[in-house]
Amino acid sequence: MTDVLLETRDLDVTFDIAKRGAMPWTRPDALQAVSKANLTVHRGETLGLVGESGSGKSTLARAIVGTVRPTGGRVLWKGRDITALKPAERRAHGRHVQMVFQDPLAALDPRMNVGQIIAEPLKTHRGDLDAKEQRRRVGEMMERVGLLPNLQNRYPHEFSGGQCQRIGIARALITEPELVICDEPVSALDVSVQAQVVNLLKGLQKDMGLSLMFIAHDLSVVRHISSRIDVLYLGRIVETGTAAEVTGAPKHPYTRALISSVPIPDPRLERTRHRPVLKGELPSPMDPPSGCVFRTRCPIARESCAEARPPLLEAAPGHCVACPFYEDAGAMGGAVSA
Amino acid sequence: MTEHLLSVRDLSVSFDTPDGTVSAVNGISLDLAKRDTLAIVGESGSGKTQLAFAMLGLLARNGRSEGSVRIEGQEILNLPEAKLNKVRAERVAMIFQDPMTSLNPYLKIGTQMAEVLQLHLGKSKRAAMEDAARMLDAVRIPDAKRRLGMYPHEFSGGMRQRIMIAMALLCRPALLIADEPTTALDVTVQAQIMELLTEVREEFGTAIILITHDLGIVAGSCERTMVMYGGRVMETGPTDKLFEAPSHPYTLGLLAAVPRLDIPQEDLLTIPGDPPDLLGLSGGCPFTPRCPLAHEPCPQRMPDLVSFDTDRKRACHAAREDVHR
Repeated sequence: MTDVLLETRDLDVTFDIAKRGAMPWTRPDALQAVSKANLTVHRGETLGLVGESGSGKSTLARAIVGTVRPTGGRVLWKGRDITALKPAERRAHGRHVQMVFQDPLAALDPRMNVGQIIAEPLKTHRGDLDAKEQRRRVGEMMERVGLLPNLQNRYPHEFSGGQCQRIGIARALITEPELVICDEPVSALDVSVQAQVVNLLKGLQKDMGLSLMFIAHDLSVVRHISSRIDVLYLGRIVETGTAAEVTGAPKHPYTRALISSVPIPDPRLERTRHRPVLKGELPSPMDPPSGCVFRTRCPIARESCAEARPPLLEAAPGHCVACPFYEDAGAMGGAVSA
Repeated sequence: MTEHLLSVRDLSVSFDTPDGTVSAVNGISLDLAKRDTLAIVGESGSGKTQLAFAMLGLLARNGRSEGSVRIEGQEILNLPEAKLNKVRAERVAMIFQDPMTSLNPYLKIGTQMAEVLQLHLGKSKRAAMEDAARMLDAVRIPDAKRRLGMYPHEFSGGMRQRIMIAMALLCRPALLIADEPTTALDVTVQAQIMELLTEVREEFGTAIILITHDLGIVAGSCERTMVMYGGRVMETGPTDKLFEAPSHPYTLGLLAAVPRLDIPQEDLLTIPGDPPDLLGLSGGCPFTPRCPLAHEPCPQRMPDLVSFDTDRKRACHAAREDVHR
């Protein structure tokens, strides 16, 4: 159970952004989307990744699946560095890590029928299977995700949003991956359909022994599905711990503010909640503040915060915080459960 | 009984499409007094947005509305465009989900804001600009004077939504309709905008209709709630009571389907099936195919909206005692 499946070590992703009106030889600006990220996914667990837009959570996921090239650090798969693999090996590795995307309809090719869409990864990674066997596996997988196998000849536009997401999940699972990265898989769906997909993912994980990385901005959903949560702010992991601890007893001032901003569908509780509303908005990742990147919005920031980036240190067993003064944040409130 | 700010009677909206007539809203009535806050909750296809559009005469060209919408006693439905324009800015204003598509990308913020005042209140450009700056200040945009000279793309999503709110409030409307105002925003920014709307209501005495799918936001901000499904009202009442003891299976299902941050749940209860296709709706209750309590009269006849518990209403054939977790 404590088997480490995937690990990133000091992972950096920097994008070059051309300056306005730049000459071809002008040095571009650097946008640091992910900075020195260390995360671990154990076998069979769900790691939740939360953060606001621009926090780098999707970029981090893309660097792990290899659609974005990391500019520094390493991605270890069962202890082996996969950033150093030859292209052909890297592609073959793809069958172990699959992805589910946010917009279910946009993620499916409109000109392929459902059977073809789900079979596509099999064709790439399991060329040894004959067409009949592929078709059998596709039908089986469709049943597993709650779709009727006789819909194989239909096209994506004939399905509702929830059903399209089921197709996306079937496509991700067909190669029998060990890790599935879900990038905002339910945020485009209606509330009543959201719950169906969340339950489906939870059930599949249990049945197939999958590891999940669940990226979302909706903390309630992440808390529901994850065993552990990493909180990202401006490309840095600022807090990590079990889902219950990060949401029930958050320590970093950012996590506290984030959690207190999540509305709870209970009018009486909502009225009495203490809510430290964060001032301002996310600073530009082109020009992040020195030292601790959160200090410009932090209610407990002090002068020394500008000097050095605070390391992610263990505050309680398995609960790490990148803030040396987190104990002062107690007065902010922010915890929700009793 | 004071005079109603807004009074909607038997409002129906339908669209003629190549595939047939789509009825988006069916016989909805509601009243709103000054300073009231009403949440209209529903999923996609519930008709919540079309209801608001009809109230402002903003329906698409193939849309028809029937019934009556009165704002401060004046009938709005089928009013000529020129008169409607007067009502729209000065009595009622609306803000939308995506502020970028509601702002003109070619015009400076100041020009867009001043235009509203010049057109509706006949103010001079200079006076209008001063008012605009004051309003930006009121929605907590720092350095308002300088911001007037900036273009929409130079602002973040949260800032743009603040600008939209400021713009909507310029003529001091009595009613502000906010259609999913925070859906495109991050949670911390969402919290800021919701706080701002509360302040706006206190400062300007504006009544607010909040259209949303997010039950969490409703809980924190609105006194009354109306739940819609398939173009019809399922139940309506004070937010506290509605959340505490939902009287309709749909409301109950909706509340159970949302994971809560404060209470760990093993499995989420789900509403089976998908949101309704408005094209083929029968005369019965639109929720029937997904309803755990559906029985014999449901597919045939839409239940009436019946009052109970002094200030609540529900439209369901099932007995109230049977609706529970």
